[in-house]
Amino acid sequence: MLLFLKILKAGIVTEPLAPGEPDVIEVAREVETKARRLLGRAVAIREVDAGSCNGCEIEITGLTGPVYDSERFGIHFVASPRHADLLLVTGPVTRNMEIPLLKTYEATPDPKIVVAVGDCARTCGVFRGSYAVVGSVDAVIPVDVFVSGCPPEPTDILRGILTALDRLPKRKRRRDGT
Amino acid sequence: MAPELLLLSVAGYTAGALAALAFRGMVGRALVAAGALGGSLATLALGAWCLATGATLVFAAPWLPLTGFALRADSLSAFFLIVVGLAAAAASLYGFGYSAHYDGRYSLRLLGAMFNVLLLSLTVQVLADNALTFLVTWEVMSLSAYFLVLTEHDQAGTVRAANWYLGVTHAGFAALIAAFLVLAAGDMTGSFAAMRSVGLTPGTRNLVFLLALVGFGTKAGVIPLHVWLPMAHPVAPSHVSAVLSGVVIKMGVYGLMRVTLDLLGGGPAWWGGIVLGLGAVSALLGVLYALMEHDLKRLLAYHSVENMGIILLGVGAGLMFQSYGLPALATLGFIAGLYHTLNHACFKGLLFLGAGSVQYATKTRNMEDLGGLIKRMPRTAACFLVGAAAISALPPLNGFASEWLVFQTLMGGALVPRPEVAIGMPIAVAMLALSSGLAVACFVKAFGITFLALPRSTDAARAREVPASMQVGMLLLVGMCVALGVTPFLVVPALSRALAGLGRIPVTPIGFSLHLPFSVAGVTGEMSPLLLAVGLALLGVLTAIVLRLLADRRLRVGDTWGCGRIGQTPRMEYTATAFAEPLRRVFAELYRPTEDLSIDFHPKSKYFVRSIAYRSEVQPWFERLLYTPVLSALRGAAARVRQVQAGSLHLYLAYLTIALLVLLVVARWSR
Amino acid sequence: MTADLMMAAAQGLLALFLAPGVVGLVRWLKARLQNRRGAPPWQPYRELRKLFQKEVVVSRHASWLFHLAPFVVFASTLAVAVIVPVLAVPLLVDRIGDLLVVVYLLLLGTFFLALAGLDPGSAFGGMGASREVTVAALAEPTLAVAIFALARSAGSTNLGEIAARTTADPLSAVSPGHLLAFAALFIVMLAETGRLPVDNPATHLELTMIHEAMVLEYSGRYLALIEWAAALKFLVFFILLGNLFVPWGLARALTLEAVMTAVGVFAVKVVVLAVAVAVLETRVAKLRLFRVPELLSASFVLALLAVTSSFLLR
Repeated sequence: MLLFLKILKAGIVTEPLAPGEPDVIEVAREVETKARRLLGRAVAIREVDAGSCNGCEIEITGLTGPVYDSERFGIHFVASPRHADLLLVTGPVTRNMEIPLLKTYEATPDPKIVVAVGDCARTCGVFRGSYAVVGSVDAVIPVDVFVSGCPPEPTDILRGILTALDRLPKRKRRRDGT
Repeated sequence: MAPELLLLSVAGYTAGALAALAFRGMVGRALVAAGALGGSLATLALGAWCLATGATLVFAAPWLPLTGFALRADSLSAFFLIVVGLAAAAASLYGFGYSAHYDGRYSLRLLGAMFNVLLLSLTVQVLADNALTFLVTWEVMSLSAYFLVLTEHDQAGTVRAANWYLGVTHAGFAALIAAFLVLAAGDMTGSFAAMRSVGLTPGTRNLVFLLALVGFGTKAGVIPLHVWLPMAHPVAPSHVSAVLSGVVIKMGVYGLMRVTLDLLGGGPAWWGGIVLGLGAVSALLGVLYALMEHDLKRLLAYHSVENMGIILLGVGAGLMFQSYGLPALATLGFIAGLYHTLNHACFKGLLFLGAGSVQYATKTRNMEDLGGLIKRMPRTAACFLVGAAAISALPPLNGFASEWLVFQTLMGGALVPRPEVAIGMPIAVAMLALSSGLAVACFVKAFGITFLALPRSTDAARAREVPASMQVGMLLLVGMCVALGVTPFLVVPALSRALAGLGRIPVTPIGFSLHLPFSVAGVTGEMSPLLLAVGLALLGVLTAIVLRLLADRRLRVGDTWGCGRIGQTPRMEYTATAFAEPLRRVFAELYRPTEDLSIDFHPKSKYFVRSIAYRSEVQPWFERLLYTPVLSALRGAAARVRQVQAGSLHLYLAYLTIALLVLLVVARWSR
Repeated sequence: MTADLMMAAAQGLLALFLAPGVVGLVRWLKARLQNRRGAPPWQPYRELRKLFQKEVVVSRHASWLFHLAPFVVFASTLAVAVIVPVLAVPLLVDRIGDLLVVVYLLLLGTFFLALAGLDPGSAFGGMGASREVTVAALAEPTLAVAIFALARSAGSTNLGEIAARTTADPLSAVSPGHLLAFAALFIVMLAETGRLPVDNPATHLELTMIHEAMVLEYSGRYLALIEWAAALKFLVFFILLGNLFVPWGLARALTLEAVMTAVGVFAVKVVVLAVAVAVLETRVAKLRLFRVPELLSASFVLALLAVTSSFLLR
C-alpha cells in the first residue's frame, strides 16, 4: 500500500513534451514523427557492447528510465537481434567481439540500421592501437550514424537514433524485396 | 460369415507361423507378414461384423480333437477383436521391413513363428468362453510374448527383462487360475454362461475380484505391478513392442471387464474405487517415470503404464457409478475406457513403430545420441509427431476425444452425494490433468530431442528414411489416429453397442450427433472434434493466405542465434536430461535423484576444463521397497527347497516311493 | 442461425483485434505506475504492423516445423477466441468446444511453440521450451479442478451454459466455490500467459526467460503471429475470468441494444482486469523458477477447496 501511495505522490516524472528543455523536446518530437513515418513508430533496439568501458551503457540505460522514457516513442530494447530493427553498438570492437558483432548484424532481419554510440565506436578512443582492438565499429559492419561523446548523453543518443531512422529506405521499395 | 472369418484368420496366422519355419530370408519375411496381415485383417473384419450385426456367435469345431475348448464372440469380444486386428495389421506390415535387419543376426524363424502365434492367441483369447480356454490361451500369449522379448538375446538386459516378465506374469497367472477356480467352482470347462448365473457369497465375490485385479493388473502393467513392462517392452523388436504395448496389455483391461462386469456383474463401490485409485496412481507415476527416461522405447513403455491408468480411470469410474445406480454415467465411464483402449492401441502402436524406425536408422534408442532426424527421416518424423500429439491428448486427435470422455465421467462424480467421492473425484481429475500436462512435456522432449535440431552422433547424422513397408505400417496408424479423433459421433455409439451386448448395465439412450453432446442427468458438455479440426485447418490456411497477401514475404537463412558465438555444434543443444531437469527438481521427493559430477581440469589452470562427466540416476525406491522383500523371501525359499534335491539317487527313489504311496492312499480314500 | 454465426465471427474478430490493445493497456498502466509516460495502449498494433513488414531470418538448422508452428499457435488461439463467449450467450459455436477444449487447444499451441523452440538447436530455445512445458504441466491440475468447480455448480462444462447458470442464480457468483475458483484461475492466468511473478514479459535476460526464450529465434511475420497469439491468449483468460464468473452484461438475445450493452460491459471488465494485473505486476517481484511450483500448488489448493466447498456447503 505504501508503495502505491509513493507512486501517487511522485506523479509522472518523465520530461514533458510541452515547454521545458528545448533540446530534449525537439529531438523527441522529431523522433516521434520520423519513427512513425518510417517504422510505424515501433523501433526495437538490440544493444551490442563491442568492448566499451560501460560508460555508454549507463547512458543508454538512462534512455529507458522514467526521465527520458524512450518507450513513449515506441523505442524499446529487445533480447534477440531477430526481434530488432536497430543495433546500438558501443565501444571499440575488440578481437573477441568482432565475430559476435558480425553475427549479430547478420542475425538482424532487414530493414535494419546501425547506430554506433560513443567516441570509442568511431575512433577507438583511448583504446586505439591496443593489441586487443580490431578497430572502429564501421571497420566491421556498416554504420548508419555515429553518436559522439564520451559518453554521449541520452539526448544525443536519441538524436542519433532519429538521424539513423532518416536513412532507412522507403517502405514501398522494401516491399518488393531485395 | 463369421465362422469363415475366424477360420480365415486362424489359417492366416498358422500359415504365417509355418512359413516362418519353412522359408528363409526375404521370402520368409514376406510370407510371415502376409500371413499375419491376412489373419489380422480377418480378425478385424470379424470384430467389425460382430459389432455391426450385434450378433452373439458360438463357434463350434467338433472336428477338432479338442475337448473343453469353447469360443464365443459377443459384443465386447468383437470390440477387442477390432483392437487386435488394427494394431496387428499395422505391425505385420511394418514387421516385413523391420525384421530385415535381423536377417543373419537373430532367429527370424522364431520371431516370425512366435509373432503369428502371439496374434493367434490374442484373437482366440477374447473369444474364450470357458475358464480352460481362457487360461490356456492366456498362457500361450504370455509365452509367445516371452520368446519375442528374447529375440535380441545377446543384447544387454534382454534376458533379465525377459526373466522379470516371465516371473511377474506367472505370479499374475497364478492369481488368475485361483480366481477362475473359485469362480467356476472347480469346473474349468464350464462355460462362462454358467459362471454368470452362479450365486456367490459377497466374500467370495470380493476374493474373485481381488485375485482378478492382481492377475489382470500384472498384465496391464498397473503400478505397482508394472516393473516388468518398462524392461520387457523396449527390448522386443519394435513391431512386437507395438503389439505388446498396443494390444497385449489391453488383455488386462479385457479380462478385468469380462470378469468384474460380465461374469460377476459388477460389485460394491469400493471395487470401482480401487480400480480408479490404481488408475490415477498409474497414470501419474507412469508419466513421471517416463519423463526421466532417455531411452526412447523405455519412455514409451512408461507411457503405456500411464495410459493403462487412464483406461482404468474410465473403467473404475464405470464400476463405481454402476454400484451407485447411475447407469448412464457408468456407461459413459466404460465407453471412455474402451475408447481410450482403442486409441492407445493406435497411437502407442504408431509411436513404437516410429521409435523402431529411429532405431532401425540409427541403431540406438538413446535420445541423447539422436537429433536432427526430421531432415533425414521426414516421413517417420511426421508420423511420430502425429502420434506424439495424439498421446498428449491434443485436439483434434484421438487421444483428446477419449480423455475428454474420461474427464466428463469423473466430473459426473459430482452426482454422487458421498463425501469420499466428493473429495476423491476432484483429486482423480487433478491427477489425470497433471499426467496429461506432463505427457505434453514428455513428448515435447521425446520428439524435440529425437527429431529436431542437430544430430548428436554420427549414427544419427547418417540416418536415412526407412523402407516403404515400414512407412505404410505407420501411415495406417496415423490415419486411424486422425479418423478416431474426429469421429467420436460414430465411435461412441459403436462402443455403447459393445457394452449393451453384455446386458449387464441397462444402456440408457444417449443421443449422439455430429456434436457429440451427451446428456446424462445433471452433467453435460459438448464438443465437436470434427468441426474443431475443420475450423483449425481453415483458420490456419486463412492466416497463411492473409499473410501471403499482406505481409512481407522475404525469408533469409542464417545461423542460429547464440549470442554471436562462432559455430554451432550439437554440444550446445539442450539435452533430454536438461529438458527434464526442472521437473526432476519439482518432483525430487519422488525421484530421489543421485548425481555424480566429475570435472577434469587442465593441469596448468583450473579455469580450463578438459572434460566434464555428469551422471544422474533416478531411484526407483518404492519398487525396491516392494520387491526386495519378495525377492529375498523367494531366494530363501528356493535355497531351502534346493536341499530336497541332493543329487543322491537313493533319495530320489525314496521320494518316488513315498509319492506313489501317498497317491495310492489318496486315491483309495477319495473313492 | 446466420445471425448466430455472424455474431460468433464478430466476437472472434473483436477478440483478435482487441487483444494487442489489452497488452498495450497493461503496459501503459504499468508505465504510469512507474511514474513514466509510457507508450500509448495502441503501441502493440504498431509493433505488429512493423513486424509484418519485416524480413524473416530463419536458422539453417530449423526444419519445416519451425515454419508451421506460428500458424498452429495462431490458429489454435484464434479458435479458442471464437469458442469463448465474448459478447453473447448462448451461441451455436458453444457446442464446438467446452472449457476442456479451450484448455487443450491452448496446450496445442504450447506444444508446437515448445517444439519450435527446440528446433533451431539453440540452448535458449531448449531452456525456454523446457520451462514453458513445466509451467504448463503444473498449471494443468488447477485448470482442470477449477473447471470441475464451475461444472459442478453449473452442471455443464459448456461455456455458454456456465455463464447462463450463473446469471440465472446471481447468488452463486459470490459463493465460496466461485470465488476460490476465480482466485485459482487468476493465478493460472498469470502463469500461462507469462506474467509476473512467474515470467517477466519485459525481460532481456535470457537466463530468466520462459516464454521469451522460446521465441528468441523468431522474426518478422512469424514473430508477429506468435506475439499476437500470446496477446490473444491473455485476452482469452480475461474473457474466461470476466464472463464465466461475472456473466452479467452478456447479450442474451442478438438485438442491437443488447450487443451494444455487452460491448460496453465487456470493455469495463477488461479494463478492471487489466488494472488488476498492472497493479499486481507493480507490487510483486519475479519468483525464482523453482518457487513457481509452490505458487501453482497454492492455486491448486484453492481450486480443490472450490470444488469441495460447493459440495460441503450444498
